[in-house]
Amino acid sequence: MTSLNSEETAKKIASAFPGSVTAADKNAVIVDSKSLYQVADYLKNSAEFDFNYLANLTSVDYTDYFEVVYNLVSLNRNHSLTLKTRCYEREKPTVPSVVSLWRTADFQEREIYDLMGITFSGHPNMKRLFLWEGFQGHPLRRDYL
Amino acid sequence: MTLQTQPFILNMGPQHPSTHGVFRMKVTLDGEVVVDLEPVLGYLHRGIEKLAEGRTYTQVIPLTDRLDYVASMTNNLAYVLAVEKLAGIKVPERTEYLRIIIAELMRISSHFLGIGAFLNDMGAFFTPLMYMWREREKIVDLFEMVSGQRLLYNYMRIGGISQDIPEEFLPAAKRFVAEMPRFIDEYNQLLAANEILLARTKGVGVLTPDLAINIGASGPVLRASSVKWDIRRADPYSIYDRFEFDIPTGANGDCYDRYWVKILEMQQSIRILEQAIAQLPAKGATCADVPALIRPPAGEIYSRIEAPKGELGFYIVSDNSIAPYRCHIRPPELINLTALRDMVRGWKVADLILTFGSMDICMGEIDR
Repeated sequence: MTSLNSEETAKKIASAFPGSVTAADKNAVIVDSKSLYQVADYLKNSAEFDFNYLANLTSVDYTDYFEVVYNLVSLNRNHSLTLKTRCYEREKPTVPSVVSLWRTADFQEREIYDLMGITFSGHPNMKRLFLWEGFQGHPLRRDYL
Repeated sequence: MTLQTQPFILNMGPQHPSTHGVFRMKVTLDGEVVVDLEPVLGYLHRGIEKLAEGRTYTQVIPLTDRLDYVASMTNNLAYVLAVEKLAGIKVPERTEYLRIIIAELMRISSHFLGIGAFLNDMGAFFTPLMYMWREREKIVDLFEMVSGQRLLYNYMRIGGISQDIPEEFLPAAKRFVAEMPRFIDEYNQLLAANEILLARTKGVGVLTPDLAINIGASGPVLRASSVKWDIRRADPYSIYDRFEFDIPTGANGDCYDRYWVKILEMQQSIRILEQAIAQLPAKGATCADVPALIRPPAGEIYSRIEAPKGELGFYIVSDNSIAPYRCHIRPPELINLTALRDMVRGWKVADLILTFGSMDICMGEIDR
Protein backbone atom coordinates (compact mmCIF):
# COMPACT_ATOMS: atom_id res chain seq x y z
CA MET A 1 0.00 0.00 0.00
CA THR A 2 1.46 3.36 -0.95
CA SER A 3 0.79 6.19 1.38
CA LEU A 4 -0.01 9.32 -0.64
CA ASN A 5 2.21 12.32 -0.10
CA SER A 6 -0.04 14.42 2.12
CA GLU A 7 1.59 17.75 1.26
CA GLU A 8 0.97 17.27 -2.45
CA THR A 9 -2.53 15.96 -1.83
CA ALA A 10 -3.21 19.00 0.34
CA LYS A 11 -2.34 21.26 -2.60
CA LYS A 12 -4.79 19.41 -4.84
CA ILE A 13 -7.52 19.63 -2.22
CA ALA A 14 -6.79 23.32 -1.68
CA SER A 15 -7.08 24.04 -5.39
CA ALA A 16 -10.42 22.24 -5.57
CA PHE A 17 -11.76 23.81 -2.36
CA PRO A 18 -9.95 27.07 -1.63
CA GLY A 19 -9.54 27.75 2.06
CA SER A 20 -10.40 24.20 3.13
CA VAL A 21 -6.90 23.02 4.05
CA THR A 22 -5.59 24.53 7.27
CA ALA A 23 -2.34 22.60 7.48
CA ALA A 24 -0.48 19.64 6.07
CA ASP A 25 2.49 17.72 7.38
CA LYS A 26 4.12 14.47 6.37
CA ASN A 27 1.51 12.43 8.25
CA ALA A 28 -1.78 13.99 7.37
CA VAL A 29 -3.87 16.63 5.65
CA ILE A 30 -5.73 18.79 8.11
CA VAL A 31 -8.89 20.43 6.85
CA ASP A 32 -11.29 22.91 8.31
CA SER A 33 -14.27 21.17 9.88
CA LYS A 34 -16.67 23.37 7.88
CA SER A 35 -15.45 21.97 4.58
CA LEU A 36 -14.75 18.45 5.87
CA TYR A 37 -17.78 16.90 4.21
CA GLN A 38 -17.04 18.42 0.80
CA VAL A 39 -13.42 17.32 0.97
CA ALA A 40 -14.37 13.82 2.07
CA ASP A 41 -16.93 13.62 -0.72
CA TYR A 42 -14.29 14.75 -3.22
CA LEU A 43 -11.72 12.23 -1.95
CA LYS A 44 -14.24 9.44 -2.11
CA ASN A 45 -15.73 10.15 -5.50
CA SER A 46 -12.93 11.64 -7.58
CA ALA A 47 -11.34 9.11 -9.93
CA GLU A 48 -7.86 10.17 -8.92
CA PHE A 49 -8.22 9.34 -5.23
CA ASP A 50 -11.08 6.83 -5.17
CA PHE A 51 -11.05 6.41 -1.39
CA ASN A 52 -13.87 3.92 -1.19
CA TYR A 53 -12.82 2.49 2.18
CA LEU A 54 -12.71 4.37 5.46
CA ALA A 55 -10.41 2.10 7.40
CA ASN A 56 -10.42 3.83 10.73
CA LEU A 57 -12.06 6.80 12.37
CA THR A 58 -10.93 8.06 15.73
CA SER A 59 -10.32 11.17 17.78
CA VAL A 60 -7.64 12.55 20.06
CA ASP A 61 -7.96 15.11 22.82
CA TYR A 62 -5.00 17.51 22.71
CA THR A 63 -6.58 19.63 25.50
CA ASP A 64 -6.39 22.80 23.34
CA TYR A 65 -8.43 21.15 20.64
CA PHE A 66 -9.91 17.84 19.56
CA GLU A 67 -8.63 16.12 16.48
CA VAL A 68 -10.77 13.72 14.46
CA VAL A 69 -8.69 11.35 12.36
CA TYR A 70 -9.84 9.58 9.19
CA ASN A 71 -7.61 6.83 7.80
CA LEU A 72 -8.71 6.48 4.19
CA VAL A 73 -7.84 3.60 1.89
CA SER A 74 -8.59 2.95 -1.75
CA LEU A 75 -9.09 -0.76 -2.35
CA ASN A 76 -8.85 -0.26 -6.13
CA ARG A 77 -5.68 1.81 -6.16
CA ASN A 78 -4.15 0.43 -2.97
CA HIS A 79 -3.14 3.77 -1.55
CA SER A 80 -3.93 5.49 1.71
CA LEU A 81 -4.22 8.95 3.23
CA THR A 82 -4.79 10.34 6.69
CA LEU A 83 -7.28 13.17 6.84
CA LYS A 84 -7.80 15.18 10.00
CA THR A 85 -9.98 17.94 11.24
CA ARG A 86 -9.75 20.02 14.38
CA CYS A 87 -12.31 21.34 16.77
CA TYR A 88 -11.35 24.11 19.17
CA GLU A 89 -14.68 24.23 20.96
CA ARG A 90 -14.65 22.35 24.26
CA GLU A 91 -18.23 22.66 25.50
CA LYS A 92 -20.02 21.30 22.47
CA PRO A 93 -17.56 20.33 19.72
CA THR A 94 -19.28 19.49 16.44
CA VAL A 95 -17.96 17.93 13.26
CA PRO A 96 -20.00 17.02 10.17
CA SER A 97 -20.84 13.34 9.92
CA VAL A 98 -19.57 11.25 7.01
CA VAL A 99 -22.05 8.40 7.50
CA SER A 100 -23.74 9.21 4.21
CA LEU A 101 -20.42 8.64 2.43
CA TRP A 102 -19.05 5.68 4.36
CA ARG A 103 -21.51 3.84 6.53
CA THR A 104 -18.64 2.38 8.52
CA ALA A 105 -18.63 5.73 10.33
CA ASP A 106 -21.98 4.88 11.93
CA PHE A 107 -20.71 3.03 15.03
CA GLN A 108 -17.35 4.78 15.05
CA GLU A 109 -18.86 8.27 15.23
CA ARG A 110 -21.20 7.10 17.95
CA GLU A 111 -18.22 5.72 19.82
CA ILE A 112 -16.39 9.04 19.55
CA TYR A 113 -19.50 10.87 20.73
CA ASP A 114 -19.80 8.47 23.63
CA LEU A 115 -16.21 8.49 24.82
CA MET A 116 -14.86 11.83 23.58
CA GLY A 117 -18.00 13.95 23.48
CA ILE A 118 -17.76 15.18 19.89
CA THR A 119 -21.13 15.55 18.19
CA PHE A 120 -21.38 14.59 14.53
CA SER A 121 -23.99 16.74 12.83
CA GLY A 122 -26.06 14.85 10.31
CA HIS A 123 -25.57 11.46 11.95
CA PRO A 124 -28.89 9.59 11.81
CA ASN A 125 -28.67 8.12 15.30
CA MET A 126 -26.37 10.24 17.45
CA LYS A 127 -26.43 8.54 20.83
CA ARG A 128 -24.00 6.75 23.09
CA LEU A 129 -22.65 3.42 21.89
CA PHE A 130 -21.11 1.73 24.93
CA LEU A 131 -22.11 3.70 28.00
CA TRP A 132 -25.67 4.18 29.10
CA GLU A 133 -27.81 7.25 28.52
CA GLY A 134 -27.42 9.49 31.53
CA PHE A 135 -23.75 8.72 32.05
CA GLN A 136 -21.97 11.90 33.10
CA GLY A 137 -18.96 13.00 31.07
CA HIS A 138 -16.88 11.50 28.31
CA PRO A 139 -14.15 9.21 29.66
CA LEU A 140 -11.54 9.50 26.92
CA ARG A 141 -11.14 13.23 27.43
CA ARG A 142 -7.88 14.09 29.14
CA ASP A 143 -9.64 16.03 31.88
CA TYR A 144 -11.88 13.09 32.82
CA LEU A 145 -10.33 11.40 35.83
CA MET B 1 -63.86 -7.99 11.17
CA THR B 2 -60.27 -7.91 9.90
CA LEU B 3 -57.45 -9.37 11.89
CA GLN B 4 -54.89 -6.76 12.93
CA THR B 5 -51.19 -7.49 13.44
CA GLN B 6 -48.59 -5.36 15.11
CA PRO B 7 -44.81 -5.49 15.23
CA PHE B 8 -43.32 -7.27 18.19
CA ILE B 9 -40.09 -6.18 19.84
CA LEU B 10 -37.94 -9.05 20.98
CA ASN B 11 -34.97 -8.48 23.24
CA MET B 12 -32.16 -10.94 22.59
CA GLY B 13 -29.29 -11.03 25.00
CA PRO B 14 -27.13 -9.94 26.72
CA GLN B 15 -27.43 -13.36 28.33
CA HIS B 16 -28.31 -15.56 25.41
CA PRO B 17 -26.40 -18.66 24.33
CA SER B 18 -26.24 -17.64 20.69
CA THR B 19 -24.87 -14.15 21.19
CA HIS B 20 -21.22 -15.19 21.63
CA GLY B 21 -20.78 -13.26 24.83
CA VAL B 22 -22.83 -10.35 26.01
CA PHE B 23 -24.19 -8.99 22.77
CA ARG B 24 -27.70 -7.63 22.97
CA MET B 25 -30.00 -6.78 20.11
CA LYS B 26 -33.45 -5.30 20.02
CA VAL B 27 -35.22 -7.05 17.18
CA THR B 28 -38.51 -5.86 15.73
CA LEU B 29 -40.47 -8.79 14.37
CA ASP B 30 -43.44 -9.18 12.11
CA GLY B 31 -44.50 -12.68 12.99
CA GLU B 32 -41.24 -14.54 12.63
CA VAL B 33 -39.72 -12.14 10.12
CA VAL B 34 -37.11 -9.60 11.18
CA VAL B 35 -38.19 -6.07 10.32
CA ASP B 36 -35.57 -4.10 12.17
CA LEU B 37 -32.61 -4.69 14.42
CA GLU B 38 -30.67 -2.50 16.77
CA PRO B 39 -27.51 -3.71 18.50
CA VAL B 40 -27.09 -2.56 22.10
CA LEU B 41 -23.44 -2.66 23.06
CA GLY B 42 -21.26 -1.98 26.05
CA TYR B 43 -21.93 -4.85 28.44
CA LEU B 44 -18.24 -5.79 28.30
CA HIS B 45 -16.86 -2.26 28.02
CA ARG B 46 -13.80 -2.04 30.25
CA GLY B 47 -12.34 1.15 28.88
CA ILE B 48 -9.19 -0.47 27.56
CA GLU B 49 -8.25 2.63 25.57
CA LYS B 50 -8.42 4.78 28.70
CA LEU B 51 -6.59 2.19 30.77
CA ALA B 52 -3.79 2.14 28.20
CA GLU B 53 -3.16 5.85 28.76
CA GLY B 54 -2.18 5.17 32.34
CA ARG B 55 0.24 2.34 31.66
CA THR B 56 3.70 2.07 30.16
CA TYR B 57 3.95 0.80 26.60
CA THR B 58 4.92 -2.68 27.78
CA GLN B 59 2.13 -2.84 30.34
CA VAL B 60 -0.45 -2.35 27.59
CA ILE B 61 0.39 -5.75 26.04
CA PRO B 62 -1.66 -7.77 28.58
CA LEU B 63 -4.59 -5.41 27.97
CA THR B 64 -4.54 -6.26 24.27
CA ASP B 65 -4.90 -9.94 25.20
CA ARG B 66 -8.32 -9.06 26.50
CA LEU B 67 -9.61 -7.64 23.24
CA ASP B 68 -10.43 -10.60 21.04
CA TYR B 69 -9.65 -13.12 23.75
CA VAL B 70 -9.80 -16.11 21.42
CA ALA B 71 -7.06 -14.59 19.26
CA SER B 72 -4.78 -12.98 21.86
CA MET B 73 -1.53 -13.56 20.00
CA THR B 74 -2.55 -11.51 16.99
CA ASN B 75 -3.78 -8.72 19.25
CA ASN B 76 -0.36 -8.68 20.91
CA LEU B 77 1.24 -8.66 17.48
CA ALA B 78 -0.84 -5.77 16.17
CA TYR B 79 0.06 -3.66 19.19
CA VAL B 80 3.76 -4.40 19.31
CA LEU B 81 4.11 -3.83 15.57
CA ALA B 82 2.52 -0.40 15.98
CA VAL B 83 4.86 0.57 18.83
CA GLU B 84 7.89 -0.81 16.99
CA LYS B 85 7.01 1.23 13.93
CA LEU B 86 6.54 4.32 16.08
CA ALA B 87 9.81 3.83 17.96
CA GLY B 88 11.76 2.54 14.97
CA ILE B 89 12.72 -0.78 16.55
CA LYS B 90 14.06 -3.55 14.34
CA VAL B 91 13.15 -7.08 15.36
CA PRO B 92 15.59 -10.04 15.06
CA GLU B 93 15.07 -12.29 12.05
CA ARG B 94 14.24 -15.41 14.04
CA THR B 95 11.57 -13.53 15.96
CA GLU B 96 9.92 -12.37 12.75
CA TYR B 97 9.51 -15.97 11.69
CA LEU B 98 8.33 -17.12 15.10
CA ARG B 99 5.75 -14.34 15.10
CA ILE B 100 4.43 -15.46 11.72
CA ILE B 101 4.24 -19.07 12.89
CA ILE B 102 2.38 -18.03 16.03
CA ALA B 103 0.06 -15.65 14.17
CA GLU B 104 -0.95 -18.23 11.58
CA LEU B 105 -1.53 -20.86 14.25
CA MET B 106 -3.72 -18.29 15.99
CA ARG B 107 -5.66 -17.70 12.79
CA ILE B 108 -6.37 -21.42 12.44
CA SER B 109 -7.38 -21.64 16.08
CA SER B 110 -9.70 -18.65 15.77
CA HIS B 111 -11.28 -20.01 12.59
CA PHE B 112 -11.84 -23.38 14.29
CA LEU B 113 -13.76 -21.64 17.00
CA GLY B 114 -15.59 -19.39 14.54
CA ILE B 115 -16.73 -22.24 12.34
CA GLY B 116 -17.59 -24.47 15.28
CA ALA B 117 -19.68 -21.81 16.98
CA PHE B 118 -21.34 -20.94 13.69
CA LEU B 119 -22.42 -24.55 13.18
CA ASN B 120 -23.59 -24.58 16.77
CA ASP B 121 -25.83 -21.62 15.96
CA MET B 122 -27.11 -23.50 12.96
CA GLY B 123 -28.36 -26.27 15.20
CA ALA B 124 -25.59 -28.83 14.74
CA PHE B 125 -25.31 -28.84 18.45
CA PHE B 126 -21.70 -29.24 19.69
CA THR B 127 -20.69 -32.19 17.51
CA PRO B 128 -18.85 -30.13 14.87
CA LEU B 129 -17.61 -27.76 17.55
CA MET B 130 -16.03 -30.64 19.41
CA TYR B 131 -14.33 -31.86 16.24
CA MET B 132 -12.87 -28.38 15.83
CA TRP B 133 -12.02 -28.22 19.50
CA ARG B 134 -10.02 -31.45 19.25
CA GLU B 135 -7.59 -29.77 16.85
CA ARG B 136 -7.72 -26.37 18.49
CA GLU B 137 -6.52 -28.05 21.67
CA LYS B 138 -3.26 -28.92 19.92
CA ILE B 139 -2.69 -25.28 19.05
CA VAL B 140 -3.48 -24.27 22.61
CA ASP B 141 -0.92 -26.84 23.78
CA LEU B 142 1.65 -25.32 21.43
CA PHE B 143 0.94 -21.87 22.84
CA GLU B 144 1.19 -23.24 26.36
CA MET B 145 4.68 -24.49 25.50
CA VAL B 146 5.84 -21.05 24.39
CA SER B 147 4.03 -18.81 26.86
CA GLY B 148 2.80 -20.94 29.74
CA GLN B 149 -0.75 -19.74 29.16
CA ARG B 150 -3.70 -21.28 27.41
CA LEU B 151 -5.93 -18.30 26.66
CA LEU B 152 -4.35 -14.91 27.34
CA TYR B 153 -0.80 -15.46 26.19
CA ASN B 154 0.96 -12.11 26.71
CA TYR B 155 3.79 -13.53 24.59
CA MET B 156 4.86 -10.73 22.26
CA ARG B 157 7.14 -7.99 23.51
CA ILE B 158 8.07 -4.66 22.01
CA GLY B 159 11.17 -5.60 20.04
CA GLY B 160 10.62 -9.33 20.14
CA ILE B 161 8.99 -12.10 22.10
CA SER B 162 9.15 -12.93 25.79
CA GLN B 163 11.21 -16.10 25.31
CA ASP B 164 12.44 -18.42 22.60
CA ILE B 165 10.40 -21.51 21.80
CA PRO B 166 11.23 -24.65 23.79
CA GLU B 167 12.77 -27.68 22.07
CA GLU B 168 9.54 -29.64 21.90
CA PHE B 169 7.68 -26.89 20.08
CA LEU B 170 8.95 -27.36 16.54
CA PRO B 171 8.41 -31.16 16.32
CA ALA B 172 4.87 -30.69 17.65
CA ALA B 173 4.17 -27.81 15.28
CA LYS B 174 5.50 -29.81 12.31
CA ARG B 175 3.32 -32.74 13.28
CA PHE B 176 0.29 -30.47 13.51
CA VAL B 177 1.00 -28.87 10.14
CA ALA B 178 1.46 -32.30 8.54
CA GLU B 179 -1.77 -33.64 9.99
CA MET B 180 -3.89 -30.57 9.40
CA PRO B 181 -4.86 -31.16 5.73
CA ARG B 182 -6.33 -34.51 6.76
CA PHE B 183 -8.46 -32.82 9.43
CA ILE B 184 -9.75 -30.29 6.94
CA ASP B 185 -10.64 -33.12 4.56
CA GLU B 186 -12.49 -34.77 7.40
CA TYR B 187 -14.51 -31.63 8.14
CA ASN B 188 -15.29 -31.16 4.50
CA GLN B 189 -16.47 -34.73 4.24
CA LEU B 190 -18.79 -34.16 7.17
CA LEU B 191 -19.91 -30.64 6.39
CA ALA B 192 -19.08 -29.03 3.08
CA ALA B 193 -21.79 -30.79 1.09
CA ASN B 194 -24.12 -31.48 3.98
CA GLU B 195 -27.65 -30.93 2.74
CA ILE B 196 -28.91 -29.21 5.87
CA LEU B 197 -25.90 -26.89 5.97
CA LEU B 198 -26.43 -25.94 2.34
CA ALA B 199 -30.16 -25.42 2.77
CA ARG B 200 -29.69 -23.26 5.84
CA THR B 201 -26.77 -21.14 4.64
CA LYS B 202 -26.81 -20.76 0.85
CA GLY B 203 -28.23 -17.39 -0.11
CA VAL B 204 -28.93 -16.43 3.51
CA GLY B 205 -27.69 -13.13 4.96
CA VAL B 206 -26.15 -11.82 1.77
CA LEU B 207 -23.67 -8.96 2.05
CA THR B 208 -23.07 -7.35 -1.34
CA PRO B 209 -19.51 -6.29 -2.27
CA ASP B 210 -20.45 -2.60 -2.49
CA LEU B 211 -22.07 -2.58 0.92
CA ALA B 212 -19.22 -4.61 2.39
CA ILE B 213 -16.70 -1.99 1.27
CA ASN B 214 -18.93 0.90 2.31
CA ILE B 215 -19.41 -0.40 5.83
CA GLY B 216 -15.68 -1.02 6.11
CA ALA B 217 -15.97 -4.78 6.46
CA SER B 218 -12.69 -6.66 6.62
CA GLY B 219 -11.33 -10.13 7.02
CA PRO B 220 -13.29 -13.22 5.99
CA VAL B 221 -16.54 -11.20 5.95
CA LEU B 222 -15.19 -8.90 3.23
CA ARG B 223 -13.53 -11.68 1.26
CA ALA B 224 -16.67 -13.82 1.33
CA SER B 225 -18.34 -10.94 -0.52
CA SER B 226 -15.88 -11.52 -3.39
CA VAL B 227 -13.62 -8.58 -2.54
CA LYS B 228 -10.03 -9.74 -2.81
CA TRP B 229 -8.47 -7.74 -0.01
CA ASP B 230 -6.02 -9.09 2.49
CA ILE B 231 -3.69 -6.77 4.39
CA ARG B 232 -1.01 -9.45 4.42
CA ARG B 233 -0.86 -8.92 0.67
CA ALA B 234 -2.08 -5.33 0.23
CA ASP B 235 0.07 -3.77 2.93
CA PRO B 236 2.54 -6.47 4.01
CA TYR B 237 3.70 -6.16 7.59
CA SER B 238 6.40 -8.14 9.37
CA ILE B 239 7.75 -10.54 6.71
CA TYR B 240 4.58 -11.63 4.95
CA ASP B 241 6.00 -10.53 1.61
CA ARG B 242 8.34 -13.54 1.73
CA PHE B 243 5.62 -16.19 1.65
CA GLU B 244 3.50 -17.59 -1.09
CA PHE B 245 -0.19 -17.88 -0.38
CA ASP B 246 -3.49 -17.26 -2.11
CA ILE B 247 -6.35 -15.06 -0.99
CA PRO B 248 -9.52 -17.13 -1.09
CA THR B 249 -12.75 -15.28 -1.84
CA GLY B 250 -16.41 -16.23 -1.84
CA ALA B 251 -18.82 -15.74 -4.69
CA ASN B 252 -22.09 -14.59 -3.14
CA GLY B 253 -21.33 -13.13 0.28
CA ASP B 254 -23.82 -15.41 2.00
CA CYS B 255 -23.42 -17.37 5.22
CA TYR B 256 -22.05 -20.36 3.37
CA ASP B 257 -19.30 -18.29 1.77
CA ARG B 258 -18.31 -16.84 5.10
CA TYR B 259 -17.97 -20.39 6.42
CA TRP B 260 -16.18 -21.67 3.34
CA VAL B 261 -13.69 -18.79 3.11
CA LYS B 262 -12.55 -19.60 6.63
CA ILE B 263 -11.92 -23.24 5.65
CA LEU B 264 -9.91 -22.12 2.62
CA GLU B 265 -8.00 -19.61 4.68
CA MET B 266 -6.93 -22.32 7.08
CA GLN B 267 -5.42 -24.19 4.15
CA GLN B 268 -3.49 -21.07 3.15
CA SER B 269 -2.31 -20.62 6.74
CA ILE B 270 -0.95 -24.17 6.58
CA ARG B 271 0.99 -23.20 3.45
CA ILE B 272 2.48 -20.18 5.21
CA LEU B 273 3.30 -22.31 8.25
CA GLU B 274 5.12 -24.88 6.12
CA GLN B 275 7.26 -22.18 4.53
CA ALA B 276 7.91 -20.34 7.78
CA ILE B 277 8.92 -23.49 9.66
CA ALA B 278 11.23 -24.53 6.81
CA GLN B 279 12.91 -21.12 6.67
CA LEU B 280 13.15 -20.55 10.43
CA PRO B 281 16.67 -19.25 11.20
CA ALA B 282 18.85 -21.00 13.76
CA LYS B 283 18.69 -20.07 17.42
CA GLY B 284 19.80 -16.57 18.23
CA ALA B 285 18.56 -13.40 19.82
CA THR B 286 14.78 -13.21 20.09
CA CYS B 287 14.42 -9.68 21.37
CA ALA B 288 15.94 -6.45 20.13
CA ASP B 289 17.93 -4.36 22.56
CA VAL B 290 15.25 -2.03 23.88
CA PRO B 291 15.25 0.05 27.05
CA ALA B 292 13.13 -1.13 29.97
CA LEU B 293 10.97 1.95 29.66
CA ILE B 294 10.22 2.66 26.04
CA ARG B 295 9.76 6.30 25.07
CA PRO B 296 8.88 6.50 21.40
CA PRO B 297 9.57 9.90 19.81
CA ALA B 298 6.59 12.24 19.77
CA GLY B 299 4.36 11.40 16.86
CA GLU B 300 1.57 9.15 15.79
CA ILE B 301 1.07 5.94 13.89
CA TYR B 302 -1.78 3.94 12.46
CA SER B 303 -0.67 0.36 12.02
CA ARG B 304 -2.91 -2.42 10.74
CA ILE B 305 -2.64 -6.17 10.56
CA GLU B 306 -4.83 -8.88 9.15
CA ALA B 307 -6.12 -10.43 12.36
CA PRO B 308 -8.19 -13.62 12.06
CA LYS B 309 -11.35 -11.50 12.02
CA GLY B 310 -10.22 -8.61 9.90
CA GLU B 311 -8.28 -5.40 9.99
CA LEU B 312 -7.06 -4.88 13.52
CA GLY B 313 -5.54 -1.42 13.71
CA PHE B 314 -3.81 0.53 16.43
CA TYR B 315 -3.71 4.31 16.31
CA ILE B 316 -1.10 5.37 18.84
CA VAL B 317 -0.13 8.93 19.68
CA SER B 318 3.10 9.38 21.59
CA ASP B 319 4.20 12.49 23.47
CA ASN B 320 7.64 11.01 24.19
CA SER B 321 6.60 9.88 27.66
CA ILE B 322 6.55 6.34 29.00
CA ALA B 323 2.80 5.90 28.39
CA PRO B 324 0.81 6.27 25.17
CA TYR B 325 -0.93 9.63 24.95
CA ARG B 326 -3.75 7.97 23.04
CA CYS B 327 -4.20 4.37 22.04
CA HIS B 328 -7.16 3.72 19.78
CA ILE B 329 -8.02 0.22 18.70
CA ARG B 330 -9.81 -0.28 15.39
CA PRO B 331 -12.06 -3.26 16.10
CA PRO B 332 -12.81 -5.29 12.96
CA GLU B 333 -15.74 -7.12 14.49
CA LEU B 334 -17.63 -4.04 15.63
CA ILE B 335 -17.29 -2.52 12.19
CA ASN B 336 -18.35 -5.73 10.45
CA LEU B 337 -21.49 -5.65 12.58
CA THR B 338 -22.54 -2.35 10.99
CA ALA B 339 -24.08 -4.37 8.17
CA LEU B 340 -25.92 -6.87 10.36
CA ARG B 341 -29.20 -4.98 10.14
CA ASP B 342 -29.13 -4.90 6.35
CA MET B 343 -28.17 -8.55 6.14
CA VAL B 344 -30.98 -9.93 8.27
CA ARG B 345 -33.94 -7.74 7.36
CA GLY B 346 -36.61 -9.90 5.77
CA TRP B 347 -35.15 -13.13 7.14
CA LYS B 348 -36.53 -15.25 9.95
CA VAL B 349 -35.26 -15.21 13.53
CA ALA B 350 -33.42 -18.50 13.04
CA ASP B 351 -31.58 -16.98 10.06
CA LEU B 352 -30.71 -13.95 12.17
CA ILE B 353 -28.92 -16.23 14.64
CA LEU B 354 -27.14 -17.93 11.77
CA THR B 355 -26.08 -14.72 10.04
CA PHE B 356 -24.87 -13.29 13.30
CA GLY B 357 -22.92 -16.50 13.95
CA SER B 358 -21.32 -16.34 10.52
CA MET B 359 -19.86 -12.90 11.31
CA ASP B 360 -17.65 -14.62 13.91
CA ILE B 361 -17.54 -12.02 16.65
CA CYS B 362 -15.98 -11.79 20.07
CA MET B 363 -17.40 -9.26 22.48
CA GLY B 364 -14.07 -8.48 24.12
CA GLU B 365 -13.04 -6.63 21.01
CA ILE B 366 -16.37 -5.03 20.19
CA ASP B 367 -16.87 -3.42 23.58
CA ARG B 368 -13.19 -3.05 24.52
